[in-house]
Amino acid sequence: MSVAPPLLAVEGLTKSYGGIHAVRGVSFSLRAGEILALIGPNGAGKSTCFDMLNGQNKPDTGHVRLLGEETTGKKPREIWRLGVGRTFQITATFATMTVRENVQVALISHERQLFNLFGSAPNFDRGEAGRLLELVGMSGYADRPCGELAYGDLKRLELAVALANHPKLLLMDEPTAGMAPRERVDLMRLTAQIAREKSIGVLFTEHDMDVVFEHADRIIVLNRGTLIAEGSPAEVRGNPQVQTVYLGEGLVYDARHREGASA
Amino acid sequence: MAFYVVQFLTGLASAASLFLVASGLSIIFGVTRIVNFAHGAFYMIGAYIAFTLTEWLSGAFGFWGAIVIAALAVALIGVLVEMVLLRRIYHAPELFQLLATFGLTLMVEDLVVLVWGPDDLVGRRAPGFRGAIDFFGQNIPSYDLFLIVLGPVVLGILWLLFQRTRWGVLVRAATQDRDMVAALGVNQKWLFTSVFAVGVFLAALGGALQIPRDAVHHAMDLRIIVEVFVVVVIGGLGSIVGAFVAAVLVSELNAFGILIFPKISIILVFLVMAVVLIVRPWGLFGKPEAPARKTPGLTVNPWRPLTSNERLAALAALVIAATLPLFAGNYALTVGSEIAIFVIFAVSLHFLMAVGGLASFGHAAYFGLGAYGVAFLAKMAGLPMIVCLLLGPLLGCMGAAVFGFFAVQLSGVYFAMLTLAFAQIVWSIAFQWVSVTGGDNGILGVWPSSWAASPSHFYWLALGVAALVTIALRAMVFSPFGYALRATRDSLLRSEAVGINAKRIQWTAFVIAGTTAGIGGALFAYLKGSVFPDNLGISLSVDALVMVLLGGVETVSGAVIGAIVYKALNIWLVSQTDLSKLVLGGFIVLIVVGFPKGIVGMLETLAQRRRKTSPPGSPLLVKPIESAE
Repeated sequence: MSVAPPLLAVEGLTKSYGGIHAVRGVSFSLRAGEILALIGPNGAGKSTCFDMLNGQNKPDTGHVRLLGEETTGKKPREIWRLGVGRTFQITATFATMTVRENVQVALISHERQLFNLFGSAPNFDRGEAGRLLELVGMSGYADRPCGELAYGDLKRLELAVALANHPKLLLMDEPTAGMAPRERVDLMRLTAQIAREKSIGVLFTEHDMDVVFEHADRIIVLNRGTLIAEGSPAEVRGNPQVQTVYLGEGLVYDARHREGASA
Repeated sequence: MAFYVVQFLTGLASAASLFLVASGLSIIFGVTRIVNFAHGAFYMIGAYIAFTLTEWLSGAFGFWGAIVIAALAVALIGVLVEMVLLRRIYHAPELFQLLATFGLTLMVEDLVVLVWGPDDLVGRRAPGFRGAIDFFGQNIPSYDLFLIVLGPVVLGILWLLFQRTRWGVLVRAATQDRDMVAALGVNQKWLFTSVFAVGVFLAALGGALQIPRDAVHHAMDLRIIVEVFVVVVIGGLGSIVGAFVAAVLVSELNAFGILIFPKISIILVFLVMAVVLIVRPWGLFGKPEAPARKTPGLTVNPWRPLTSNERLAALAALVIAATLPLFAGNYALTVGSEIAIFVIFAVSLHFLMAVGGLASFGHAAYFGLGAYGVAFLAKMAGLPMIVCLLLGPLLGCMGAAVFGFFAVQLSGVYFAMLTLAFAQIVWSIAFQWVSVTGGDNGILGVWPSSWAASPSHFYWLALGVAALVTIALRAMVFSPFGYALRATRDSLLRSEAVGINAKRIQWTAFVIAGTTAGIGGALFAYLKGSVFPDNLGISLSVDALVMVLLGGVETVSGAVIGAIVYKALNIWLVSQTDLSKLVLGGFIVLIVVGFPKGIVGMLETLAQRRRKTSPPGSPLLVKPIESAE
């Protein structure tokens, strides 16, 4: 039986700044339709790792492969063309354009019409843009200038934009940072649902452990640039090393603890 | 050998004044983020006041006292300007501040002529430094030696001021993050005012110290401001040491450039600047600009294509404009043609600036290249008018392709400076390459063919081309390319993350804008019958900026209105008053303070208020928009 290459394969990723090893020999893989959480304390190397997957940063050594194809050192826009959607920790959208126009830009790029000088952009793929907005529950906002959206809505818009090129992989850097608790749950449920339906692999970093343990199929833990644990939420939760370096000594996260605190 | 040493020392002496003015500009920019175009004007007033005072006061104390008093007096003027004008516009977009200070410069240029007359004034020699020192048979004015010493001394004093005083620490902190400094409870108003006062003091001191070396005249502001821009950009905006090193570098390049390359001495400095900006985009001693903190809730009205009613209205306006030859005389038609040409020029810059977010300070280069293109084809190749009109703008296109490629590697203020530098290079080639371009005498006798020769025919031609160009560029705003261009303006990060090659999009926009400007220039050559280096000079570039900002940079149709109002006003003022710059400058300042969204932006806001009886959406969402207004 021949083994198909995983959706995303990361091997021995290393990056140092001056004398500081931000990321050291990190390897992991991700299957289609799987939701993988990358966690670790501040300064663990999550963002560096993320930027290297997305092409914003070049690794010193190591490889990133998407469906067997080498993407190491490629530019963000080239990686996007290979089917990788991205959302940012601090949302990046086109603030003076409307919500629909934001999605249309991604569609224009996807269909390689960027240098079309005399077509009509307002009518460009209106139907598809509408479908994407409906998918993330933003239909009612289509004609709003994006600059006046609330933060949670911007995050949903980013998701719609990221889905515009039918991605195989979604990279989400702290997707729920800065959101209200209720919005967090909604956004992650939506993401998980879309990922399962369309068989999209999702890699996300997150500080909110509720979000991580509820939505991730699998978790990898970084500490000081090194991968220290990998496994299902239950395995990672029970890993004493993770509890020490990440969750801290004396504070053990489990369901009973939470119930006890709320009682 | 001794000759070269003397030349070197002369360069060093020139560097002193340049450094004083540049460090002032740099300090002001660092803290207030205002690129103070009026800095040259303050330099000039400093020189004029010092001239008058040195005439009144006698003796050694009188001379040196006069220099210091002049600088202090100008600093006081600076404080007034800051409190009355700049405080109102700190939160306006960068370009508005530049426009306001440009308006000030225009006013000052007329005011000094009003007070001191149009003639050059030769100042007194400095007491104690009247003679010259013999250096192996070469004379070095002893005043030059004084200046050579003064430069490093001022640098040292500034260093102490910034490192050793509480005020200096605050200034350095504000240069890094002014919001944080404000959050820590520092009174920002007075910090800004004091910084502006110090900066202006340095500029005025630089001007006052020049009077024993150079005659005082009413155009010295523009000359110094261009050199100062070059210095702060090479040195790095906000860096005092950078300003010093770059001032020396630029002055030496000037001193030796004349000896080594007499033909291209002017462009040498600009070439160095272009190279520095490409290798180190933030200057030799500058730091990469931190991404600007976007004001949350800042929104503009979403752009939309014209409704059918608005299209009819635009068409009606065009038809009315086309009937002008039926009742207007030849002079009015010539003015009309000139306005139509400037509409072309303005919409081309608007496309780059408003749609692409790239504010070019040297857009006249491509306008002028189009004009020269026509002149070459008509005079040298003897081609008919229609062919010249079609091919001439290609020179603008080629220029934009070459310079645009480098320029789009940068953004913001640095983009503006690099485009300015490129425009100056083109200008100096036109000015110095006499055998081809005729130099200052220009190329004369570029007359239209008989079918376009009469004023009414030429007017229709200009009007028709202007209408076509405006429609084409407007269509591009709402084309897929236009969306992509706006996307790169709004967020580079997001554009790259959705597969857009931002640099290539921006480069394309630059070439489109340059070619369009070239079309305007081509018509302009035929309108005037001649081409001069002024057709690609700085003042024309600034005219274009003013037209776009006047109409409203955030609107799609503002450039057309801005061009019509500005050009008509300009031509009318020149015919009515000798103080046209004073009136125009005052008008610009008024517009910036009173109507920061420009004429069209203001009208849109008014129309929207009337339409909106109850704002849609939740109050939470509407609130930030209102506060942004």
